[in-house]
Amino acid sequence: MPETNAIEMRGITKRYPRVLANDRVDLDVREGEIHAIVGENGAGKSTLMKVLYGLVPPDAGEVRLEGKPLVRHRPADAIRAGVGMVHQHFMLVDTLTVAENVILGEEPTRGVVIDAAAARERVETLSGEYGFELDPDELIENLSVGLEQRVEIVKVLYRGARILILDEPTGVLTPQEVRELFGILRALRESGRTIVFITHKLDEVIELADRVTVMRDGRVTGIVDAAQTTKEELAKMMVGRYVLLRVTKEEGSPGDTVLSVSGLSAAGRKGTEVLRDVDIEIRSGEVLGVAGVQGNGQTELVEIITGLRRASSGRVTLNGADITNRSPRHIRDLGVAHIPEDRQARGLVLDFTIAENLVLGRQHREPFSRLGRLCLDEMNDHAARLIEEHDLRPADPATEAANLSGGNQQKLIVAREFDCEPALLVASQPTRGVDIGAVEFVHTSLLSMRDAGAAVLLVSAELSEIMTLSDRIAVMYRGAIVATFDGDAVGEEELGLHMTGAGAGRSESQAAPPRAAGAPQRGRAGS
Amino acid sequence: MFELAVLDSALRMATPLILTALGGLFSERSGVVNIALEGILLTGAFASIVATYYTGDPWAGAAAGVFAGMLVSLLHAVVSIVFRADQIVSGVAINLLAMGATQFLTWIIWGSSANSPPVAGMAHWALPESWGVLARVVNPVIGHYPPLVYVALGSVALAHVVLFRTPFGLRLRATGEHPEAVDTLGVSVHLMRFSGVLISGALAGLGGAFLALNTHQFVKNMSAGRGFIALAAMIFGKWNPVGALGACLLFGYAEAVQMSLQGRDVPTQFVQMIPYLLTMVALVGVIGRARPPASLGKPY
Repeated sequence: MPETNAIEMRGITKRYPRVLANDRVDLDVREGEIHAIVGENGAGKSTLMKVLYGLVPPDAGEVRLEGKPLVRHRPADAIRAGVGMVHQHFMLVDTLTVAENVILGEEPTRGVVIDAAAARERVETLSGEYGFELDPDELIENLSVGLEQRVEIVKVLYRGARILILDEPTGVLTPQEVRELFGILRALRESGRTIVFITHKLDEVIELADRVTVMRDGRVTGIVDAAQTTKEELAKMMVGRYVLLRVTKEEGSPGDTVLSVSGLSAAGRKGTEVLRDVDIEIRSGEVLGVAGVQGNGQTELVEIITGLRRASSGRVTLNGADITNRSPRHIRDLGVAHIPEDRQARGLVLDFTIAENLVLGRQHREPFSRLGRLCLDEMNDHAARLIEEHDLRPADPATEAANLSGGNQQKLIVAREFDCEPALLVASQPTRGVDIGAVEFVHTSLLSMRDAGAAVLLVSAELSEIMTLSDRIAVMYRGAIVATFDGDAVGEEELGLHMTGAGAGRSESQAAPPRAAGAPQRGRAGS
Repeated sequence: MFELAVLDSALRMATPLILTALGGLFSERSGVVNIALEGILLTGAFASIVATYYTGDPWAGAAAGVFAGMLVSLLHAVVSIVFRADQIVSGVAINLLAMGATQFLTWIIWGSSANSPPVAGMAHWALPESWGVLARVVNPVIGHYPPLVYVALGSVALAHVVLFRTPFGLRLRATGEHPEAVDTLGVSVHLMRFSGVLISGALAGLGGAFLALNTHQFVKNMSAGRGFIALAAMIFGKWNPVGALGACLLFGYAEAVQMSLQGRDVPTQFVQMIPYLLTMVALVGVIGRARPPASLGKPY
């Protein structure tokens, strides 16, 4: 059988007001292959896929699916042509059932009403085919993230997709779920479907893909067979220079205890306990990594330490001083820096300039303010210095934070928080959604903070990040710490097991744990 | 307080609320806040009297109310969906516009700044005399209320089926929760939202028509906050047709009690507060926390 191309994109160009997102991009995806598209944030991967799916009209270029051209198409046309997309932020309606989500837009009817029985049956058949175990009548809001992803895949199959696009499918999954997903994708390839997946995790590319297209700054910088490349080579094509994929850390030299948390509990909105009797201790010059599936109490722990949420019982002390339930300003003044998990909502004021964002938290004090008036010159000098030190782009203090890339927004927060020379640094998902160049920067900065004698609390859903940086690792599950390890004494597999509560039978010993933080929180685009 | 007369008037008071609340339901389920309901109600009331005045047919009046309601809601739809303006601001503007315009036109048409001359109301439905016994048994029961009361009650059932059993309803609800999801499935978000807002205009316009035809004339500002109370009833009823019906009946009952208590020992000002107090109690969420559509009020 001659090899035909399932997808052919030629000369795709898309210009947004400030950036050229796609610059004469060509993409060939062969029928029945798993094709990875890799690139940093802002490289234009998502834009390219949105063009393919008809969500974004290109300024120039053409799209062919299985040889047939698509002109000025909308998602409905792409769906009809056999394309299905699993978006990075799931496109599921929380308050509807699995079956309703699957049929939405293409409902089976009996007369004028929806044929609910037929819908249920189709969902059961499709999910049974791949061993998904989905209950068609369950509400989406009661599903785990891994199951939600399966609903998305069933949605796509229900529409008869022969070409599946998955945008960053593994970002929210545990290692076990990732392995299951890869099994599903391979099974889909066996059944003759073509799969395109977007990612920036190079391990996954090497493991799963047949071929890889690499993008940088809106252009294709390489097309290679996955079997004949290495992570280092891919990283170099992505970034344009050699990148340290795994920072190496020196043996730490921990000093006195900086942060001490004992017996900390907190109530959630519905009265359930979201934190249960948590004890942690971090010494100066030490990184404590907290691993766990999102929504198991990590957010609450960080919020209590930084004063953003009240504890119902327990104690938090910083260098011996009690900071339990004190105000964020008080806690900051004692030397706690915070890189929040949601950088756009809590880390920055997006409508403010770089210079303004860089003084937040210190704006009321000398030298940035005198007699209730902001000192703009000092603010600008301060900004110019930090921009230089951290290589922020664009290097203009008057740029609004909203106009920075995700990586530069994160650098901006890092620059501000590190500049206060904190005793304790609380870093929550510090590299979420930032590209590998910026990851390298954030990781090196965190370790240099540690080596300068700060205590670091690192919360991350990325196991590789936790394992690279931590001197000690604690695993959280349903609001409690279920296991702790020395940094190099544990493997990813074992951590993954503890994260799902399956490790060493410890969760069984706790009497009927209440459902901790409700359903795992999901990121939502835009809002 | 439970005399037949009070219950009877409660149902009449509830009718415009029911229609308007159902309207609000369709708009909000699609993700568009529609506080313009107050103005739409008023415009519907005015248009129905104008049409009835000139044609002598109250059914033409009802049709005019629906039409005028849709016209005004179209304005709200264009401003808030196409131009993505703040939906609250658009709603407030429309309410003020409706207040001024109806009063102005009342003056132009009838030369009065306060009200229109009386017009004919709707004849009550009745079986013909020739049906004999059946007519004599049934007529006193159904012949008791203006036909639009039955239309309102029927609309509740219809709205329930449309929202929860048809593809249109599923898409409308999904649009209010997660418009991106709807868009990626090839369904037009704008089309769904326009439908929702236009249906709300039609229903609230009909509610206004009932209000005016039941009084046999147009009186300036006769909506008197009913649009807002209907919105409160919709929230009280947790964005469900049947729940909204219950809330409207409760509010209608409060209004009827208020009217029956007037002229007795209780100070009227106090009694007049009852429906509004109930509204506030409802809004604070006494009957469990109501969850609005997730994308309510956000332009797409």
